[in-house]
Amino acid sequence: MIGDMIRAIRACKTAAEERAVVRKECAAIRASINEDDQDYRHRNLAKLMFIQMLGYPTHFGQMECLKLIASAGFPEKRIGYLGLMLLLDERQEVLMLVTNSLKQDLNHSNQYIVGLALCALGNICSAEMARDLAPEVERLLQFRDPNIRKKAALCSIRIIKKVPALAENFINCAASLLKEKHHGVLITGVQLCADLCKVSSEALEYFRKKCTEGLVRTLRDIVNSPYSPEYDISGITDPYLHIRLLKLLRILGQGDADASDRMTDILAQVATKTESNKNAGNAILYECVETIMSIEDDGGLRVLAINILGKFLSNRDNNIRYVALNMLMRATTLDAQAVQRHRATILDCVKDSDASIRKRALDLLYLLVNDNNVKHLIKELIEYLEVSDQEFKGDLTAKICSLVEKFSSEKIWYIDQMLKVLSEAGNFVKDEVWHALIVVISNASDLHGYTIRALYRAFLTSTEQETLVRVAVWCIGEYGDMLVNNVGMLDIEDPITVTECDAVDAVEVAIKRHTSDLTTKAMALIALLKLSSRFPSYSERIKGIIVQNKGNVVLELQQRSIEFNHILQKHPKFRSALVERMPVLDEATFSGRRAGSLPTAISTSSGAPSNHPNGIAKPATAPIPDFLDLSSDDVPAPSSSGGDFLQDLLGVDLSPTPAPSGADMPPKASTDVLLDLLSIGMPLPVQTGLSASDILSSSQDDKAPFVNFNGLASLSSLSANATSPANAAPMMDLLDGRGPGPQKSEENGQAYPSLVAYESSSLRVMFNFSKQRGSPQTTLIQATFTNLSSNVYNDFLFQAAVPKFLQLHLDPASSNTLPASGDGSITQNLKVTNSQHGKKSLVMRVRIAYKTNNKDVLEERQINNFPQNL
Amino acid sequence: MIHFVLLISRQGKVRLTKWYSPYSQKERTKVIRELGGVILNRGPKLCNFVDWRGFKVVYKRYASLYFCMCIDQDDNELEVLEIIHHFVEILDRYFGSVCELDLIFNFHKAYYILDELLLAGELQESSKKTVARLIAAQDSLVETAKEQASSISNIIAQATK
Repeated sequence: MIGDMIRAIRACKTAAEERAVVRKECAAIRASINEDDQDYRHRNLAKLMFIQMLGYPTHFGQMECLKLIASAGFPEKRIGYLGLMLLLDERQEVLMLVTNSLKQDLNHSNQYIVGLALCALGNICSAEMARDLAPEVERLLQFRDPNIRKKAALCSIRIIKKVPALAENFINCAASLLKEKHHGVLITGVQLCADLCKVSSEALEYFRKKCTEGLVRTLRDIVNSPYSPEYDISGITDPYLHIRLLKLLRILGQGDADASDRMTDILAQVATKTESNKNAGNAILYECVETIMSIEDDGGLRVLAINILGKFLSNRDNNIRYVALNMLMRATTLDAQAVQRHRATILDCVKDSDASIRKRALDLLYLLVNDNNVKHLIKELIEYLEVSDQEFKGDLTAKICSLVEKFSSEKIWYIDQMLKVLSEAGNFVKDEVWHALIVVISNASDLHGYTIRALYRAFLTSTEQETLVRVAVWCIGEYGDMLVNNVGMLDIEDPITVTECDAVDAVEVAIKRHTSDLTTKAMALIALLKLSSRFPSYSERIKGIIVQNKGNVVLELQQRSIEFNHILQKHPKFRSALVERMPVLDEATFSGRRAGSLPTAISTSSGAPSNHPNGIAKPATAPIPDFLDLSSDDVPAPSSSGGDFLQDLLGVDLSPTPAPSGADMPPKASTDVLLDLLSIGMPLPVQTGLSASDILSSSQDDKAPFVNFNGLASLSSLSANATSPANAAPMMDLLDGRGPGPQKSEENGQAYPSLVAYESSSLRVMFNFSKQRGSPQTTLIQATFTNLSSNVYNDFLFQAAVPKFLQLHLDPASSNTLPASGDGSITQNLKVTNSQHGKKSLVMRVRIAYKTNNKDVLEERQINNFPQNL
Repeated sequence: MIHFVLLISRQGKVRLTKWYSPYSQKERTKVIRELGGVILNRGPKLCNFVDWRGFKVVYKRYASLYFCMCIDQDDNELEVLEIIHHFVEILDRYFGSVCELDLIFNFHKAYYILDELLLAGELQESSKKTVARLIAAQDSLVETAKEQASSISNIIAQATK
């Protein structure tokens, strides 16, 4: 008996015991299935459903569902369909086998069996089943019994969601459902119309013209209807129907003044007459407010709506406050002034004890900040940052940083606020935020002294905040002398005495901290090198600290310390030129880069998870390991410029990809902020090349650079020897660049015909090839994507994978939105290095993902037709 | 639309799950674990909504059971609370002051009721009476079939005596 099994499972005291019982039961069920015992079939399935609910695998029972569904009796079918819905979902191919049984049952003479089939179809049908069975469902929309009609209506919703092309078949039947009196049919009919409008503009136009009047009438009737016990919920007749009608009216009124006009009276009535002391009434008011704010209206109704929200916001019920915040967020675009009036209340909500409310309030407050209130609000938020929950700090920090940057009219205010955030919640600060801070500090030459002293103070009190340590270490390296000599004192500062020894101590603390990660330690090493020239008397001590890292297990640090030690020992001549203060970092370049990386940042923080219809974020599956050959694990995809950004900044954990961006660096005064920022990035040959070019540009001396460069080149010979010839190429380029003309590399390559790499009915991919001079193994491919359909593609993502003998580097794409009908294109550069050049030709597997009409599309293809000898 | 319905006991045991959007078995386990962790740890006075992966989860506690429904961002949370209550009232009427044990031992009945209430993630019927009537009619169909089966087996038993 099923009851016995449940009792046995409930009696288990440990998980292991439970597993044992389940295993035994499953074995018994399998045995029974194998014997094909009809009498026990439905009992077995019932047991399996219970076992499945506990989270155990039950796939072996799937065929039993089909057998039960195929049997004649109602009890068997009932349990069979239930099992089908529980044990299977639309992605299982077994489901296709049930299509025939469903078709028969949809035509069955017993209406309850028809109901079961409709229910199963509506809950789990796949696109193919929807196509096959749509005519049956369409017919059932006119069935004599209303309970079948309502099921058919909801089933139609599933069908048109799966196959939007079928929508037009349902428009007429759906419209006739709106005239019904039965509440179930009416509710489901209205819902069907709403969903039809979402997938078909034709439906929207039709309902707008033919049904608006009738819907308004239905709503009026239901609002004014006398007490009816069957549908009454706390004094309101059928709030569900109210809500669905309001929702459909919203869709019809949006963007259509005429339709909006016809519904204003009834909306005003609902907004003023609905009782707001119970949840049901508030649910209606909430829906009504949303409708009022969405339709075309002159403003009279909107005042009413905003007032309702104001009342909601002061409600003591947390649920009501939550929805008020939710709705005020949408109201900010309509009437920001009215929402501003509630600012104080919203700020209180940010500090609420309820995480859901806090989050909503913070999102809303973020929209409300403007030039006038920013100082006050930021002060409040930073104060709250000190006492907020750990889980909330991440969100709060991100918002504060973003606001501070957005409204940073005065540099000193910006720096002050950022330092507060860094010392309070530095571990939650994103990379691009502290990078931006460094750029601003570098640009504020009159504040260098002030900043470095403030940072030093903050560093002494909160060493556990990683990003604070990084910024502090960088600044000590750059402006250490200003720290010691109290240069550029402002009136507001307290004097502070820091010795050279203290400054070196601080950096030593940073490098020896256990929690410091590679980036921080690398930055500290550079700071030390710089300090050795700023404070010559401590040169020996600094050398000592650097030497300690010679045996570091991290190759990057080991190599740096050996090189730096070399500089200190053997090349004192140009040490000071090497570690000169950085030229002012160019804000424009930096913000330009950031703008490129920003959308990705946003989409990874909030958008990405919701891309999937059910909220489960799928891990980026990389069928071939080379897929993400250039980025570390946490960089989302090769095409995101965010990845590029990180890569430029800190190439530390990258494999020796041949000169990712070094090759196309113009050899003029380097404005490549991020490369300069931490010249420790990048595989070595390129990096030394770049820093040499920096020195070139800053020293303006025609002769010295070559000496420097050679010096550096010799000192880096250690690693240059280890790298492949391909890696040396960029350095060659740089040397060439010193000569008569600037770079002229690519066009010299042999010409190759371009290739239509991939073409489907919806998309064309063109490849243009070129060779880099001096490295026949490397092919540069420019991929051009053209949209052949009439719909825009969003979230366009191109990925490629190559076999082991190839190395692939993907640059970010020019955009992730592909306009319709070939009206523009996306380009993306690829660099392929063929280690078997001349023996094997290129081959590549590509995968293209994008979103069109809110549907995810994935196209895959192997490309074998590359020109020979690439 | 409602993406899924979960009934979780205070101890974190699952009492009913209904998925209206496709989730693999692995994802289901993950969702249940994740949401169970969030919802069971929330204090009694807090609001009944949780933001979760771009969706909203509306939950309400009745005695030892948490009823949870996951909806889209632009759905009406307050209405979903009403739907949960509607469901509970129907269960209550069917079982006669329902308790967790009723739902454990008659879990299939709870599913049948839910299937009369929601379909394709949308509300199907706003009248408790209609749902009760439809369930009763189908239960009696099952009963008649059982009686018939037993009377047939009696006849066979007697004939073969």
